[in-house]
Amino acid sequence: MASYKAPLRDMRFVLFELMGGDDIASLPGYEEFTRDLIDPVLEEAAKLCEQVLHPLNRSGDEEGCTFENGVVRTPKGFIDAYRQFREGGWTSIACDPEYGGQGLPKAVDTLIVEMICSANLSFSLYPGLTQGAYVALHGFGSDALKQTYLPKMVEGTWSGTMCLTEPHCGTDLGLLRTRAVPQDDGSYKITGTKIFISAGEHDLTENIIHLVLARLPGAPKGTKGISMFLAPKYLVNEDGSPGPRNGVACGSIEHKMGIKASSTCVMNFDGAKGWLVGEPGKGMRAMFAMMNAERLAVGMQGLGVAEASYQGAVAYARERLQGRSLSGAKHPEKSADPIIVHPDVRRMLLTQRAYAEGCRALAAWAARSLDLESRHPDPEVRREAEDFVALVTPVVKAMMTDLGSEAANLGMQVLGGHGYIREHGMEQYVRDCRIAQIYEGTNGIQALDLVGRKLPANAGRLLRRFFHPVSDYIEAKNDDKALREFVEPLGKAFTRLQQATGAVARAGLRNPEEAGAAATDYLRLFGLTALAYLWTRMAEISLPKVGDADSDGFYVAKVATARFYMQRLLPQTGALFASIMAGGKSMMAFEEAAF
Amino acid sequence: MKKSANVAQRDRIVPAAADDGSEKEEYWMKALVAVKRVVDYNVRIRVKADNSGVETANVKFSANPFDEIAVEEAVRLKEAGVVSEIVVISIGPAAAQEVLRSALALGADRAILVQSEDEVEPLAVAKILKALCEREAPQLAILGKQAIDDDSNQTGQSLAALLGWPQGTFASKLVISDGRAEVTREVDGGLETVSLALPAVVTTDLRLNEPRYASLPNIMKARKKTLEIIPAAELGLDIAPRLTTLRVEAPPKRAAGVKVANVAALVDKLKNEAKVI
Repeated sequence: MASYKAPLRDMRFVLFELMGGDDIASLPGYEEFTRDLIDPVLEEAAKLCEQVLHPLNRSGDEEGCTFENGVVRTPKGFIDAYRQFREGGWTSIACDPEYGGQGLPKAVDTLIVEMICSANLSFSLYPGLTQGAYVALHGFGSDALKQTYLPKMVEGTWSGTMCLTEPHCGTDLGLLRTRAVPQDDGSYKITGTKIFISAGEHDLTENIIHLVLARLPGAPKGTKGISMFLAPKYLVNEDGSPGPRNGVACGSIEHKMGIKASSTCVMNFDGAKGWLVGEPGKGMRAMFAMMNAERLAVGMQGLGVAEASYQGAVAYARERLQGRSLSGAKHPEKSADPIIVHPDVRRMLLTQRAYAEGCRALAAWAARSLDLESRHPDPEVRREAEDFVALVTPVVKAMMTDLGSEAANLGMQVLGGHGYIREHGMEQYVRDCRIAQIYEGTNGIQALDLVGRKLPANAGRLLRRFFHPVSDYIEAKNDDKALREFVEPLGKAFTRLQQATGAVARAGLRNPEEAGAAATDYLRLFGLTALAYLWTRMAEISLPKVGDADSDGFYVAKVATARFYMQRLLPQTGALFASIMAGGKSMMAFEEAAF
Repeated sequence: MKKSANVAQRDRIVPAAADDGSEKEEYWMKALVAVKRVVDYNVRIRVKADNSGVETANVKFSANPFDEIAVEEAVRLKEAGVVSEIVVISIGPAAAQEVLRSALALGADRAILVQSEDEVEPLAVAKILKALCEREAPQLAILGKQAIDDDSNQTGQSLAALLGWPQGTFASKLVISDGRAEVTREVDGGLETVSLALPAVVTTDLRLNEPRYASLPNIMKARKKTLEIIPAAELGLDIAPRLTTLRVEAPPKRAAGVKVANVAALVDKLKNEAKVI
């Protein structure tokens, strides 16, 4: 099985050459983050992921977590790996220095998250869920709560969870039943059952901090009646150390298709002592702050798996000798040609590659916008960045996980029969990333979010944050001969996107079900167009560098991949456009009884 | 550069705080570690089209793995309270600052780059390190046993000879106490332990330790540590190469094996074809 190697060359290209990352250091608070600090940080993260996390990927999948008497044990090696991860300071990379964090820019953090996801997706969930809990608590918790809990969470000594889903409600959280009853001392007693709680119980940290959505007595029905609470596994003593056990326990863990080394728990809250986070009835707002951050992280899971699968597939395709090239033996001295000579194998490999590299660029664009949103001195720039992030979050989550799944399946296919065999690791990628299309808001929900909330928002203001730069760019490059083969198809796809946007908006006003019917195809059309724009820009940067200075062929390959994307993958936008324009009648008029 | 009296340096005692808050005296023991920037061990090396050398443009470079072991050993000695200061040195182009910053992130205190864009052969490296040893007066010079790009395995030995210091090479274990270094060496016959009076040169072998990963806070702190750059010419030493590379070729592709009918045929082939006997 090929070992994962972090694609640092491509990451540096995307960060510095495409996204102009050298100016990160000009943002207030990020002065330290020049290239000569970012480089060693990425190198060290790559080493940790390749040498500590990735070797546990297969074994973690085979062993899985075990549950016995309320105690969850992670697979062999995970406790030690997490200790190394924590001691290396990696749990704290993106956190606020006020609570012990390293304060790394999102632009850099995103690359590290990708590496962790590629190396060991199950492992990534433990620090990942803690990060989500951190975002909610940091944004909405009282100073007292933050002082008590954040430093150890940032440090990684304590981990966190997000407890939202119940057996009868996932997407529709307004239905939740968990109750929180106020006590005289200002705390609350929380009772209810939560399911599908990642990292709900495990043996990696000395305490687990649960953020729980629950309803106060007399609270209105639906989402307006939901508040967020913090309930630790162990109550915290005056001196900050973990004290008596609280009334929250793991009832069981799920047996899943993938991410088997991640403990997915049923959490029973039995009069657990907790404290309010933020204001009563405003729990959804706090949750969404966390959720939006997590949605981008889940998109990275799709990208991470696509990259890891691609690497495994390429290694196999280069070595595996089967058959002869259709145009005559390319290696007559060998018993057969390596399968990488075959067009269909190249189609699969290049599809993986074009999706992975394109999505890396999209993620970098979102990450840069997050940095601008939080740090840029100009409030107008901050608002534009905030709008862009809001607009593109559902696309990053849904498209990057859909493409990640496609890529993982292609990677498995390249290995033929051996792809089906667990030892080779390729089918694990398929199983591991499948959940990414479902959790953190199913991809169907992401599409509805894009079409139902983000498109109409502020009379299309969010949408313009994407449309304007793209159309300006297309216009500016109109006369560029070298770029024509990229700008033309980009222009066509963009025109389709604009037309579809107008059509969906108009149809949606008359009948919301029309918007719902178009949403998934529309999201893909939007995302593929965004990738086309990024591929054109990457080709533009690479074309002048092809030649003597390109001794490792990086830029030649970049242009060639861009070409493949524009010619062989982007045309899907034509089909998507046709589907969208056909409208939703054929699905909605279908009699329910006939299903 | 001043020539220091090693005896005086060995006995250099400095005031320090004891556990009960009173003053005590401690040995100030400096360790000097050399790190070379080499092509990363994972890279599939290609020979240049003109056979003048190997292709190094756009290829990944890292610290020599044996040198990383040397840095780790020095850091462990510092954590054990045996060594008080670690000075890490590299001789090479400007880009070698990266391997020095890595070493600083792992726990070295100070770095020196002796900058040279030309090739510096082991004897020349030893001469430069000798000059720096005379300047810094360490009690211990720890080097990797060899660099993975040229596999010379000469620098540590040459340095010891030039300085007149004892050497413990291929170390798989190192214990410092009472002004002596006990070095367990991996030799062909097994393990040999030698006792050296300090100051001494030690070269590291694979099994000496497993280097740690740099923590993120330490990577960030490393930027504030001192990195001094000295142009090689400033040292006034003769470091010109003694060897000229005439031609570099890739090894011949492995041919298929041949079955021989009998021992006589085998001996014949070994003698006349492979020419190994």
